[in-house]
Amino acid sequence: MRQRSLIAITAALAAGALTLTACGSRDSGGKGSDSKGGTTVVIGVDAPLTGDLSAIGLGIKNSVDLAVKQANKQKVVDGVTFKMEPLDDQAQPSSGQQNASKLVSESDVLGVVGPLNSSVAESMQKVFDDAKLVEVSPANTNPALTQGANWQTKKARAYKAYFRTATTDAIQGPFAAQYVYGKAKKKKVFVIDDKKTYGAGLAATFTDEFKKLGGTVAGTEHINPDTKDYSAVATKVKNSGADVVYYGGEYPQAGPLSKQIKAAGANIPVVGGDAIYDPTYIKLAGAASNGDLATSVGAPLDQLPSAKDFLANYKAGGYNEEYGAYGGYAYDSAWAIIQAVKQVVSNGKVPSDARSKITAAMQNVSFDGVTGKVSFDEFGDTTNKQLTVYSVTGGAWKTVTSGTYNGG
Amino acid sequence: MNELPQQLVNGLLLGSMYGLVAIGYTMVYGIVQLINFAHGEIFMTGAFGALTVYAYVLPDGTSMWVALPLMLIGGIIVAVLVAVGAERFAYRPLRGAPRLAPLITAIGLSLALQQAVWAWYPDAKSARTFPQINGGPFHIGNVTIQTGDIFLVVAAPISMAFLAYFVMKTRTGRGMQATAQDPDTAKLMGVNTDRIIVIAFALGAAFAAVGGVADGLKYGQIDFRMGFILGLKAFTAAVLGGIGNIYGAMIGGLALGVAETLATAYIADLPGMEKFGSQSWADVWAFVLLILVLLFRPQGLLGERVADRA
Repeated sequence: MRQRSLIAITAALAAGALTLTACGSRDSGGKGSDSKGGTTVVIGVDAPLTGDLSAIGLGIKNSVDLAVKQANKQKVVDGVTFKMEPLDDQAQPSSGQQNASKLVSESDVLGVVGPLNSSVAESMQKVFDDAKLVEVSPANTNPALTQGANWQTKKARAYKAYFRTATTDAIQGPFAAQYVYGKAKKKKVFVIDDKKTYGAGLAATFTDEFKKLGGTVAGTEHINPDTKDYSAVATKVKNSGADVVYYGGEYPQAGPLSKQIKAAGANIPVVGGDAIYDPTYIKLAGAASNGDLATSVGAPLDQLPSAKDFLANYKAGGYNEEYGAYGGYAYDSAWAIIQAVKQVVSNGKVPSDARSKITAAMQNVSFDGVTGKVSFDEFGDTTNKQLTVYSVTGGAWKTVTSGTYNGG
Repeated sequence: MNELPQQLVNGLLLGSMYGLVAIGYTMVYGIVQLINFAHGEIFMTGAFGALTVYAYVLPDGTSMWVALPLMLIGGIIVAVLVAVGAERFAYRPLRGAPRLAPLITAIGLSLALQQAVWAWYPDAKSARTFPQINGGPFHIGNVTIQTGDIFLVVAAPISMAFLAYFVMKTRTGRGMQATAQDPDTAKLMGVNTDRIIVIAFALGAAFAAVGGVADGLKYGQIDFRMGFILGLKAFTAAVLGGIGNIYGAMIGGLALGVAETLATAYIADLPGMEKFGSQSWADVWAFVLLILVLLFRPQGLLGERVADRA
């Protein structure tokens, strides 16, 4: 009997341990007003700085850091020194919400860049909106975040304080479907997603458009992002006779998944969204990833004249990590906040209701950013609808075609 | 095309890995009635030990035929050192304390080991690639076995055979059996129980390290959190097979792996079950199996040898 109860206690503890590991947070402090005389305005950053997605998250943090340094150097806002406060959300909605509460409670935080994940954004939106603190995401692509849960039928903006510089999956999924069906001539798709806000949403918009174009769906699967044995799914893909796989999800799972699908004997490309467009994907998928495709928001930075300075400054900044898929957008998000602050703050005087004024000012921000024109529509979405298809060629992501989605 | 044989092989391969790690849980439990929750992390340190040998000790481009045995030895040494260290400094001081104390220590140790690798192992903040064996996959009829899985196919039965021989035939093995049955009497009969406990930890760690190397070869990447979920699965496998029973650990592992794989492959085809068949439900079905076994056969599939004490 004693043994049995020990096992019961152990099982309970195991469940507890599972939850605990999900909410550890590593705060890196580093705030305070060290500027002489002037006012310090803090721009918060929320992104996964540790864990699987840290490669992308650190790129976001570094890019915001660069924007803040440039703004201070150019003295963009008189009498104001910008500071960055980065918080780690480990790609967990619960951590994101804690970070949001923390940022809201610090009165000198006047804007936040982040988060990376749509699911994390969902948990943060209300906290920021209640405090009228503006949040600009460089990476969220789920349409519901700006246009409401029923965005397909009735668009309605729920949170006035939420903006984003990345375009949505309402555009990204169909854009991928048009390429896969029209240009790559693949007619039979196997759709897999990770059930998360981003992945499931993207897979759904892709599937709708793919069917509309005349393609067939050979099968669907949902995977558990916590495991990495997808052999059973890979065998199903192989036996389904599909000629392409669409994966809605992120690169830590997409890489091993692509590898295992190819290993199972299905020599068909895996196509995904912006969350698999990362060098780590190729590292994880190995040589088998050759020919895999990804769509990503915007145009490739190294081909945009507007990004030349950013690329040079980023290199000169001596950051250890790549700017990643969202560096340019993070930089532009930070600049959007800086521009909004400029409209509200004069001579270093921050008005008492600065947060709501900055949120209101954000709606009218318009400038030429690294990724193109930065401005927001009535939902807080970017007006920049550019997307690009990339393919893995010789162990690196190469641009295939760039364009804007039309129709739908 | 019939995919059942392939899915069974997928499940058996996954299950062999669970089994290799489950042996450590079950052996330590059989002898000291401690559920060593840090065992998943011992599996992880074993994999990192093997990677260390390949990446930092051997010259670049060493053939895997030479490298693999050395990596295996490296992994085993690291895992055994960690496990023996844990036994000496974390568990032994608590021997005789209420059962909950070492259990909580084990969970703390598990987090500490994860964070230590995260903080100090070079580039371990995200996944690190693990060296691969070259060569194409092998086909037996309709079934494909990956090159990376060949190691598992060979290593799991050899490990089991070795363990059976060790426990049944050697003097130390009989000492282990005696200690498992009744530590006090065993001590009176001249068995050095402290030494037996250390050996149980070390043996379990060695099998976990073999599992860690197999995991690296199978998936091509390892990371600091790899031991956590796999450790929970292996613990489940040990309970499923009858915790304390070393054959049970292997059988439980195989049953769990096959159950997960078949659930992913076929549950969705059953009428009315479309929603519950995807891979994201595999864990749920694995635990349903566990609950069913515990309901109808509380001692686990093969029964728990230590239960007849008390």
